Amino acid sequence: MFPIELAGVGFRPDGQCVLSGIDLQLDGDGISILLGPNGVGKTVLLRMIAGLQPVSEGRLTWGAASRPDEAVAMVFQQPMILRASVLDNAALGMKPLAFGRRERRRRAHEMLERVGLADRAADSARLLSGGERQRLALARAWAVQPRLLLLDEPTASLDPSAVDAVEDIIRGIRTDGCKVLMTTHNLGQATRLADDVIFLADGRVQEHAPARQFFARPRSNAARRFIQAELPWRIRFDE
Amino acid sequence: MIDTLFAALRLLGSFDRTLVDIVWLSLRVSLTAVVLGALIGLPLGAWLAVAEFRGRNLLVVLVNGLMGLPSVVVGVVVYLALSRSGPFGSLGLLFSPGAMVIAQMMLVVPLIAALTRPIVEDAWREYAPELRVMGFSRGQSMQTLIHDCRHSLLVALLAGIGRAMSEVGAVMIVGGNIDHVTRVMTTAIALETSKGDLPLAIALGIVLMAVVLALNAAAFHIRRWAMRRYA
Repeated sequence: MFPIELAGVGFRPDGQCVLSGIDLQLDGDGISILLGPNGVGKTVLLRMIAGLQPVSEGRLTWGAASRPDEAVAMVFQQPMILRASVLDNAALGMKPLAFGRRERRRRAHEMLERVGLADRAADSARLLSGGERQRLALARAWAVQPRLLLLDEPTASLDPSAVDAVEDIIRGIRTDGCKVLMTTHNLGQATRLADDVIFLADGRVQEHAPARQFFARPRSNAARRFIQAELPWRIRFDE
Repeated sequence: MIDTLFAALRLLGSFDRTLVDIVWLSLRVSLTAVVLGALIGLPLGAWLAVAEFRGRNLLVVLVNGLMGLPSVVVGVVVYLALSRSGPFGSLGLLFSPGAMVIAQMMLVVPLIAALTRPIVEDAWREYAPELRVMGFSRGQSMQTLIHDCRHSLLVALLAGIGRAMSEVGAVMIVGGNIDHVTRVMTTAIALETSKGDLPLAIALGIVLMAVVLALNAAAFHIRRWAMRRYA
């Protein structure tokens, strides 16, 4: 299903240009981070790749196919938490798959152990904290053994220790052989997690570069300004 | 007036055989109608919440409108369908508890469906993106949403029970109010009052109120427990 290729992809709700001429190629490993100012279309791009937003302009292909042939999972900023136990929530994503109930519960329990929530398995999921909810959502996504995991600002509004725990899980998912594509506004997090960075501005991909290169020598002025504004104490570029 | 009330309480205290039979038949007929009605009404309401098709809004308005369906109209329709010359006359259900279940079910299905739709629709708006990414079919989504909204949907079931137990027109027409066969609380109250046998009518009225209050109290406690358990 890789590389995922977007060619000339655009999004213009009610004539207003949000994305225009997006050309992007995603390979099947590592963590790619989508960066860019608010409203630039990062979430729209994720939703297009997840199949939630139809691609009305341009082309999205998965290898040679028009749709993915392996599992794709997505975790949202505010994940869906059902009025059920933590275990039932973790097992939910496997319901459409060909697993029996016992197998679903076994795998869900295994994932809860990996994200450190096994001791809360029988508790009501609605009583979890924000950080625990996000870990539960990651366990639910991980349980379907996705080949691609899309994360839409998964640590927004979490405290530093919860962010740390979520980042550890994301690294674990990558180590498991899953490609991760994630949006964030936290540049510190991007430097810690990213293998490559896709920088969006003015509705276009301004840069797609290895993370080290992007943060040391951003090519576009928009990326320079964005990084300098967010991490002024860390980054000094040669003028 | 006081004498009549005491006579009614004596009937209740002595577990009068006639009274017990009427109450038991009422509960059997109404609860069966609500259970069967819920099996149709809950999925119908959930389907209206998640489905996208031309004419959906028209169907929603129609189902909402049917909430106020007059019970005598349902009674006449079911009577015609089950009468000897009607399409289902060969079943021999007219003037039986089965006919009363069918009539009450026709009254509660639109009520339950109309109350279910907005509750499930709110949840669907919140959960749809994730359920779609997970690959849930429409049926699986409906099942998940009904289960997740189960405590709120108690209100729809309670309304259905209230409607079924309190209606008199439809069961009078299709049941015939036959003593020890199709006589339920509402039809008995109407008959005994017209005959001037007020103690039995009042005793049945007390039982009817007690059943409705008990069901509401149970639903209230279930919801409170659910709020604590699931935040």
